Amino acid sequence: MCLAIPVQIVELEGTQAVVDMHGVRRPVQVNLLQNPEVGDYVLVHAGFAIQKWSEADVAEYHAIMEEMNAMDEKAE
Amino acid sequence: MFKEIKENLRHWAKQIDRPLKLMEVCGTHTMAAFRAGLRSFLPENVNLLSGPGCPVCVTAGDYIDHVIRLTAEPNVMIATFGDMLRVPGNLGSLEIARAQGADILVVYSPVDAVLAAEKYSDKQVVFLGVGFETTAPTVAWTIQAAAEKKLANYSVFCAHKTMPQAMAALLQSKEVRIDGFVCPGHVSVITGTKLYTFIAEEYKTPCVVAGFEPLDIFQAITMLVQQCAEGRSEVENQYQRSVKEKGNQAAQALLAEIFEPCDAKWRGLGVISGSGLQIRAKYADYAAENKFAFLQEKLAAPEPIGCRCGEILRGVCIPFECPLFQKACTPANPIGACMVSNEGTCAAYYKYAQKQRKV
Repeated sequence: MCLAIPVQIVELEGTQAVVDMHGVRRPVQVNLLQNPEVGDYVLVHAGFAIQKWSEADVAEYHAIMEEMNAMDEKAE
Repeated sequence: MFKEIKENLRHWAKQIDRPLKLMEVCGTHTMAAFRAGLRSFLPENVNLLSGPGCPVCVTAGDYIDHVIRLTAEPNVMIATFGDMLRVPGNLGSLEIARAQGADILVVYSPVDAVLAAEKYSDKQVVFLGVGFETTAPTVAWTIQAAAEKKLANYSVFCAHKTMPQAMAALLQSKEVRIDGFVCPGHVSVITGTKLYTFIAEEYKTPCVVAGFEPLDIFQAITMLVQQCAEGRSEVENQYQRSVKEKGNQAAQALLAEIFEPCDAKWRGLGVISGSGLQIRAKYADYAAENKFAFLQEKLAAPEPIGCRCGEILRGVCIPFECPLFQKACTPANPIGACMVSNEGTCAAYYKYAQKQRKV
């Protein structure tokens, strides 16, 4: 139920945005965010952006994912 | 990072001379911890219990029965998240009702339910409002949108629940000792971390809000063990990249506009005071029970014979102790709610636990 990947806003019109989820474009409501902008990374739940991620937050996520991928490769 | 966390965990766990029981409240955490095999990295005296944080699992059987009755009404379209379809009630499941011709629309977002109401003006579209603080604002939005658009054919059958009261109820019951909570990440995105302060202060139980990657959960467990070793009980936030202290205030304002707290019935936990959300009188036109009065009737909701989902949701027993688990009750033929949802404890044990050293 809780999908915790950051996705990027690529289009924005009023409270309606389009995000890019690994190449898949989806409509997302952004009325729960303050000052959303194209280029923002956001967390999406059930078609609504519920939080913005800063650049540092996104970097932290990628660092965690890199470490886990490295562990997977080692395990294989 | 993993090595460092693992060493820290060993260090703190060694300083505690009793078994610790930590509960991961959220169903997504349960699944993520199993998928990564986290339990096999825990010291002997650290155990993980799975809690009542799978929204489908804690939805009471009589709610499902009411929905099945609703599908028999003329011109009713049920809009729902897909994981509700297979939850068994006493009158069957929505999946069976759909096979028999019921009009059921599976949506990815509650927004789609409003769009359906606009498109099918001859239908009464009823959205099944199930979920915790993360999902409730998105459903609140649909009610606000329907009110603005003056949609007379849209309503919500509301069974939203709020997490901390259920955590407190588990502690109050003293049925099982819980030494700390891995708190749900995305509930906390909405509510902020203050939500758990009373658990840490009044019940002296440590709380750590955790993210959803295995390393996040592993780190949160370590933070809980450290709190136990140091005799602290505080709310700490491991998931700072998403969870801010005050939460999402726009979402909180929307929740407060549309909903008010009410008592709610949880499968396995019974009625917990103040643990639900109901639609405020101002938006009564959008409450399904005001359009279909029979939804207010009380129905008996006996659990299937032998099913121990209730105790599993309370952390009192694990799926291996249920006589139906892996025998009569499997993901292909689920009897209890915890086997239905892909976030349910029984589904997680079925899929992963047999292969893992420690459960």
